[in-house]
Amino acid sequence: MSASSRPRQRTLADRGIDGVTLLVLPAALFVVLLFVYPFVYGLLLSFAPKEGGWLGNYAKFFSDPYMYGTIWLTLRLALPVTLLNIALSVPVAMQVRHMRRQRLLTTILVLPITLGTVLVAEGLLNYLGPQGWLNRLLILFGLIDRPIRLVHNYWGVFISLVITGFPFTFLLTLSMISGIDPALEQAAATLGARARQRFFNIVLPLIVPGLAVTFCLAFVDAFSVFPSAVMLGAPAGETRVISFAAAQAAFEQYDYSYASAIAMIMAVVQFGFVGLVLTARGLFYNGPAGGGKG
Amino acid sequence: MESALERLWRTLVWAFVIFFVVNVLAMISTVVVNSFGTRWLNSWLPAAFTVRWYASAWREFQLGDVLLVTFQIAGAVVLLSALIGVPAAYALARRDFPGKPLVIVLFLLPLLVPPITFGIPLATVLYKVGLAGTMWGVIVANLVPTVPFTVILMIPFIEQIDPKVEAAARVFGAGTGRLFVHVLVPLLVPGILAATLLALVRTVSMFELTFLTAGPSSQTLVVALYYSVFAAGVRAGQSIDAMAVIYMLSTLVWLVVALRFVNPTQIVARVKKSAA
Repeated sequence: MSASSRPRQRTLADRGIDGVTLLVLPAALFVVLLFVYPFVYGLLLSFAPKEGGWLGNYAKFFSDPYMYGTIWLTLRLALPVTLLNIALSVPVAMQVRHMRRQRLLTTILVLPITLGTVLVAEGLLNYLGPQGWLNRLLILFGLIDRPIRLVHNYWGVFISLVITGFPFTFLLTLSMISGIDPALEQAAATLGARARQRFFNIVLPLIVPGLAVTFCLAFVDAFSVFPSAVMLGAPAGETRVISFAAAQAAFEQYDYSYASAIAMIMAVVQFGFVGLVLTARGLFYNGPAGGGKG
Repeated sequence: MESALERLWRTLVWAFVIFFVVNVLAMISTVVVNSFGTRWLNSWLPAAFTVRWYASAWREFQLGDVLLVTFQIAGAVVLLSALIGVPAAYALARRDFPGKPLVIVLFLLPLLVPPITFGIPLATVLYKVGLAGTMWGVIVANLVPTVPFTVILMIPFIEQIDPKVEAAARVFGAGTGRLFVHVLVPLLVPGILAATLLALVRTVSMFELTFLTAGPSSQTLVVALYYSVFAAGVRAGQSIDAMAVIYMLSTLVWLVVALRFVNPTQIVARVKKSAA
């Protein structure tokens, strides 16, 4: 540091800012410039429609059932899938935490997350198709007598969201449950509590706040479903999700103002649910559950 | 003692886990089997096996070019996110300053908001400044989640380093620059490798942001795969699956290496722990 910057440096240093602190600036500026600014720009752009007053885009969206219907179609997918994934994750995590070779299972489960929705959709197109292994197996066992339709409809997208979503919620839940001090459960067991009672009276209350956060992350992710809804679903019909409508506005009609408005509506719905869940979370116990490191 | 009901419950839970894992593996296997099959109609396995779909996929989808573009983009993203992210993580790990919680929230937001939500306004801005459609546009868009990802992932790695080591280096006259090059970076190699490899995997498999900002000559493999499925019927299904297998290999190689440095749980849990 040069001598001329000394006095200023000292006053900043009093407030805890020195040369090292400034290292945070490039990254922070980058996020402000390319995340915060585009969001604000998009918000302002959405109030400057191609035609009509400043609310023109929003009026257009909410007066067209084909457009506002996408909110419901997306919720109809995202909400049940997220709840199912969490409901499955908790019992599985409760069993897996005692498992010795946990790493093999977690590695297999991290595969669908890593491969991404596009590959999962392509795999499911083969696997769930009328000639796919699943339908063949079900016919072989005599459970059905003709192939059931699992692709290009609601269920195709639903299954793909379980395949990518369950590992995500499970790994989060597992890290949460593993963080609970085993002494708490041992104490309850000594006092005669059965596994069921230990779960409902000790583990569950401790993980509810974490589950709320997991729900938010998983829901926001499922609500923005895009490639699998197009590839595995019926993008003109029952899986016309809101992100597809936004992408259409941007790349087929080249109406960036309208597309931004749809993206903002998407964000409002997502943040609305997150806000609701986090408010409800405040009603539960929110403190340390582990010994030392949480 | 365990009651019969508890045993039944445990069996059910494990049956589900096995069912899930088998389905995931079967789904991945169908893609691999189909990519090597000749004709696969009305049977459990294709009539015969061949590798010719790989040659035709390589030609039809110009996979050589697509792979080159993919790794150029991923390489640039990884390098830039480490250069921007590691110093920021160092500052956040070592210093307390006014507004620090706000800065952390700033870094968490791009990780929590789904890419398609912020991708549309971001693409609009990139189109306005003329970057969209070019390789730099795709690189910049992919940096938006990877820079914060690197920062958040690196903080605990830096916190593990004893500050006394740095103090010793400073006593002997090392400035922040030399401290980084000679002391911190060598100590942080496992952390930097983990962050870099995971950022690489994320960039190679990032569909939404690349889809929104790429032009015809800046498509990555995953976007090319999407378009080929979208236009299915034009190409043979087996060629598409050959491309899908190449895509799988291009992500899984890095994942396998990354898993030597991090636990699978950490791939998703890092973000949540700092959020809670």
